[in-house]
Amino acid sequence: MSASAKKGLIEVSDFCLSYETMDGAMAAVEEADIVVRPGEFVSIIGPSGCGKSTLLNAVAGFLKPTRGKVTVDGEPVKGPGADRGMVFQQYSLFPWKTVRENVEFGLKMRGMPADERKRAARTLLGLAGLSQFEDQYPDKLSGGMKQRVGIVRALATGPRVLLLDEPFGALDAQTRQIMQQILTNLWERLEISVLFVTHDIDEAIFLSDRIYVMTARPGSIKAEVTVPLPRPRDAALALSAEFLTLRAELAALIREESLKAMGGELNADALKGLAINLHGASISDVL
Amino acid sequence: MTAMKHNTALATLAVAPERFARAPEEPALAGSVVLRPPRPARPVAAAPETGFSAKLKRWFRLNKGAIRAMLLGCLSLGLFIALWHVLTVNRMSIYVRFINVPSPAQVLESAEAAFQSGRFIQHILISCRRILIGFSIATLVAVPLGLLMGRYKILREFVFPVSEVMRPIPAIAWVPMAIMLWPSNEESIVFITFLGSFFPILINTLHGMSTVDEVLVRAARCLGAKETATFREVYFPAALPQIFTGLTVGMGVAWVSLIAAEMISGQFGIGYFTWESYSLVQYSDIALGMICIGVLGLASSFAIRAVGRIVTPWAARH
Repeated sequence: MSASAKKGLIEVSDFCLSYETMDGAMAAVEEADIVVRPGEFVSIIGPSGCGKSTLLNAVAGFLKPTRGKVTVDGEPVKGPGADRGMVFQQYSLFPWKTVRENVEFGLKMRGMPADERKRAARTLLGLAGLSQFEDQYPDKLSGGMKQRVGIVRALATGPRVLLLDEPFGALDAQTRQIMQQILTNLWERLEISVLFVTHDIDEAIFLSDRIYVMTARPGSIKAEVTVPLPRPRDAALALSAEFLTLRAELAALIREESLKAMGGELNADALKGLAINLHGASISDVL
Repeated sequence: MTAMKHNTALATLAVAPERFARAPEEPALAGSVVLRPPRPARPVAAAPETGFSAKLKRWFRLNKGAIRAMLLGCLSLGLFIALWHVLTVNRMSIYVRFINVPSPAQVLESAEAAFQSGRFIQHILISCRRILIGFSIATLVAVPLGLLMGRYKILREFVFPVSEVMRPIPAIAWVPMAIMLWPSNEESIVFITFLGSFFPILINTLHGMSTVDEVLVRAARCLGAKETATFREVYFPAALPQIFTGLTVGMGVAWVSLIAAEMISGQFGIGYFTWESYSLVQYSDIALGMICIGVLGLASSFAIRAVGRIVTPWAARH
């Protein structure tokens, strides 16, 4: 399938978002530009509080930019909608709906008849290996299973893009790796654009075609990194020289920003106590 | 997999095959990986006994806690009745006077007579009808109002001050006003029952709405839910457990209010029956009325909890 046939072009240009406070406007994100091409897997990483989730929420339609444009396939984003599937860190499954009813939700909202959407939900749950849990309530499931339901639910309506906000942040390391593999498989099969927010560098490298690194608050794009690793990717990749080099580069970029973000709290003595190595640079160089 | 974080995972990947081939007697070398041979299959355990006595024993073992709770409950009720019997039969007076208090046997006797007369049954039915009407109207008004107030801040800011001023006034204090307001006694009693249950239901529904997880609302929006669908599919079910808490509390207060209203202004009803018995010096009927009120209150709370469990199956204990 040619790239032009795919849908799901996300364009965020000159994006600024600020909050009104008594001291005037507080910028959360300033002049961020990102593009996710159809079928591409793009991650945003950055120090905590940098506004990466803000960007994602703007694409989802929950936040309006103070300035700038957010478009999907050329159409400006006006509010949340089923054409942009979203997966949340807190799973956010409806506790009063069974696993299958959760997956059916988007189809129900679209007005699909009950038996038809039941069939569709069963097919999707089968793909995610959740068939035998379809009649369970979410609180009976493990974190990994819940998030699989969350992903399947977001995909059920056939969205043009999938937005994920640190979806595996609450999972243990082993489950997280398996979930990354599952997500990669689904993405490859569905040929959908993905915008993925994480603070985990390994995760970003392993999953993405491209990675945007954000600066500390007010967030803007500090770097854009194309991941040169071939697909399909597996565990052994994490030992390759390419992976390790890329990882070190990204870690350095983020550490710089994290230190900036913590600037108010840290001085040279505090850094000594925390055993943070500045590699010969003075603290004022970094901050 | 991004097996970077775990040194153990790295060690497993990097291990050379010959390191597996170590005789089990040797001491483990640092950093070595020893795979245990698969365990030999064990003989299948004997099938569990299916005889009646074995099953009965198992049932007792599994339900030990519940059986103990029931036995203790019966014992405590039995002791209460025994104490009541001793105090009243001997007409004891230890500052608190049990001289005129009927004994359990006397109450049982008057209960038999009362249930045969039909008039007593009528009192009970009238009280139940008043509860049903007052409580139902309260539910039908307070639940939607609470839901809307929880959803729309403007409505909440507008209605809440009035409700907060009215709420601390006990339903009993409304009796004179209710008699003035309504054309008949019956209506004023139902009104007082309504008032008693209205505020607990409203406040709990409102509280239920304030606990709705905003992320769930976002998730629904992302899946294409519009305002009414979000209300029906997210806000309402999210508030439902708390609404049922309100209904249970409201039912309790409805009985308190009803009995008070009946005692003051009624001509029928179990509260009137109890008060009338005092006036007519039918002391054992006082206790009968009280016990009846207790049983009815308990049964209605129980019924609401049962309905609550049925309509919120996801909240079931596991």
